[in-house]
Amino acid sequence: MKVTIDGQSIEVEPGTTILQAARMIGGESVPPAMCYYSKLKGSGGKCRCCLVEVAKGSDADPRPMPKLMASCVTGCMDGMEVNSTASERVQDARKSVTEFLLINHPLDCPVCDQAGECDLQNLSFKHGKSQTRYIEEKRTFEPENIGPNIQLHMNRCILCYRCVMVADQLTDNRVHGVMDRGDHSNISTCISKAIDNEFSGNMIDVCPVGALTDKTFRFKSRVWFNKPFNAHRECTTPGCCGKTTVWMFGGEIQRVTGRKDEYHEVENFICNTCRFDKKEVSDWTIEGPRKFEKDSVINQNNYTRKLDTVVIETEEGILKGREEDRKKISMPAVPLDREENAVFKNGNV
Amino acid sequence: MSQKILLDKINVPGIKTYEVYRREGGYASVEKALKTLTPDEVVEEVKTSGLRGRGGAGFPAGMKWSFIDKKSGKPRHLVCNADESEPGTFKDRFLMEYIPHLLIEGMITSSYALGANLSYIYIRGEYMWVYKILERAIAEAKAAGWLGKNILGSGYDLELYVQIGGGAYICGEETALIESLEGKRGNPRIKPPFPAVSGLWANPTVVNNVETIAAVPWIVNNSGADYAKIGIGRSTGTKLISASGHIKNPGVYEIELGLSVHEFMNSDEYLGGMIDDRPLKAFVPGGSSVPVLPANLIYKTANGEDRLMTYESLSDGGFATGSMLGSGGFIVYNDTACIVRNTWNFSRFYHHESCGQCSPCREGTGWLEKVLHRIENGHGREEDIELLWSIQSRIEGNTICPLGDAAAWPVAAAIRHFKEEFEYHIRFPEKIKNRDHFVAEPFEKVRHLVAKQTV
Repeated sequence: MKVTIDGQSIEVEPGTTILQAARMIGGESVPPAMCYYSKLKGSGGKCRCCLVEVAKGSDADPRPMPKLMASCVTGCMDGMEVNSTASERVQDARKSVTEFLLINHPLDCPVCDQAGECDLQNLSFKHGKSQTRYIEEKRTFEPENIGPNIQLHMNRCILCYRCVMVADQLTDNRVHGVMDRGDHSNISTCISKAIDNEFSGNMIDVCPVGALTDKTFRFKSRVWFNKPFNAHRECTTPGCCGKTTVWMFGGEIQRVTGRKDEYHEVENFICNTCRFDKKEVSDWTIEGPRKFEKDSVINQNNYTRKLDTVVIETEEGILKGREEDRKKISMPAVPLDREENAVFKNGNV
Repeated sequence: MSQKILLDKINVPGIKTYEVYRREGGYASVEKALKTLTPDEVVEEVKTSGLRGRGGAGFPAGMKWSFIDKKSGKPRHLVCNADESEPGTFKDRFLMEYIPHLLIEGMITSSYALGANLSYIYIRGEYMWVYKILERAIAEAKAAGWLGKNILGSGYDLELYVQIGGGAYICGEETALIESLEGKRGNPRIKPPFPAVSGLWANPTVVNNVETIAAVPWIVNNSGADYAKIGIGRSTGTKLISASGHIKNPGVYEIELGLSVHEFMNSDEYLGGMIDDRPLKAFVPGGSSVPVLPANLIYKTANGEDRLMTYESLSDGGFATGSMLGSGGFIVYNDTACIVRNTWNFSRFYHHESCGQCSPCREGTGWLEKVLHRIENGHGREEDIELLWSIQSRIEGNTICPLGDAAAWPVAAAIRHFKEEFEYHIRFPEKIKNRDHFVAEPFEKVRHLVAKQTV
């Protein structure tokens, strides 16, 4: 099947979604996704960040789709033409969704452990505005303790349902879920239960924002001060691959996470023993530095890529000014000194 | 006197009970369908009748039935949507409360047409007493052999259950209803797949409104062509209208589609005109989620034709000058009503009822409500009208289910037709602080305060 996204065509298998096809193409036309997670069945469709415009349904039925479609749950059809970044409507929709997600978000990035690797931060960098039109009080929740390893910060949650799906699909007993409805729906354990399943830590990795963070890493360091290394160990927990990324500060392992790809999705889920209990360098075989592929806050000035010195690329003339403006118009009797003369001739370059 | 199809026998004493209902010719459609018609013939009759879904969207029922996936060999289900929660709509309650066997009969005939052996009536939790009435009616029907195994010796089996919901508006959306029926949180599903392919327990399912299903027995007893003769154009048959507001005779009325709005409003057979001598200001023709119309667009469409009670006529002119028939919740306002307060009240409802699954609706409905609340209470800012317009346009069309649209449309229509009232609230907060602003001083008297002035 042939699909065209923002003018670039690609052959895909039947059953591929538009988002997956866009990711195969890569680059600018990949829609942002806050709730879709390729490793979790049934995820996607909720955040509406990945809306795209289907300009041509398929070869068989070339009519355009009237509404914007969530690309993560819309299957490709043969001959489909999709506008992602190219469409103004789509850009506008993404701006709207970003605004909606941010109105009740506490915007506490300076004290949030997720800052630097946060999908919402990236989204607002790209599609957000620096002003807000929301003057009301933000919605807040009572803090809830969900156990010794995971910190729940409900105010930051964007209700992507990923952590609920992790609990459903990776662990045998889900003790948390979404309570209430509307803008008061919240992730909770209902009657304050601890989430202590061996794979529960993956909720932290799948959380796109700072709603679920690692208690063992809480307030230790900003993520961009850490150096990530690929590491592995012989893990005895059934179902755990033992392949992780360890985040080091000097000789200290401050945090262990799954290996995330450019879309912030882990390659393999890891167990809580690897994540929370193995913080000694001797526990791990370190393979080498981990690279970031995706542009985001965390890899600005990252050491793994070449850093260029800043050069202001402007035309000479801009700094020099127009010829007629540079004529000396007053006090002709007072001669210019040498320095002034040079400035007059060449401009203040 | 126009023809009655659903409420024909409503005044027969004891019609609630099986004996009376049967004596009055009830369950004849089941006999006719099971003994003389094939399921496909029933579907064909419903198709020719042009019966459209009475829940709000107005999708042709026969068409919906014909989409059901019969090839997969999976068991099929019919689900009756009795989760009537649209503010202003109470027709299904009336039907189920006073003539429950009509719905049961419709369910049996429709299930037979779809080949469903397990059907459900999903009723909202607030209708607990109606639930008991339906349970009793089902027990009576079962005792009389209309439900269960081998009905009338035809070899057709049907089990019918009533399921009570928790009382969430969103569970009236068909996929959320199915989720709720499966025992999950009532979040709408992402479509496709449509319920006709993968609905209840991933089986092909048809979800129909109470009134749609209740119309089926008449269609089978008579014929689809007879039903199509009633009404105008693509709006065939009769429709129940739940009328409320500032009118003389509020209540549930059965009308032939094609009746003019003017006649419906003013004839003594129906609403009997306004409640007192205060003039008509606005009306909502189809429940809270459809756009409100100002007085000058109620009886006449924008191009001067009579406005009729049909799907087409009410939506004539698009959203700029039209509205929708929706579920038939006919709400009338006289000039004491404050449109800003009314819009805020609707917004509050949608804020409360949003399921919280997708971002534009979850965050946007709350935002709309807060801004409207501010304006209504005299804390509005001049830019808030612009802001409301922008928020509603950003919710509309970007959500999973139509609740987002339903929350956006009333706000859009109120601003479109009654912008001056919003300006009045914002510019003269001291005039609205006592909440009696339009009772003492109708808007017409103060309109000049917000009129554009050229100096």
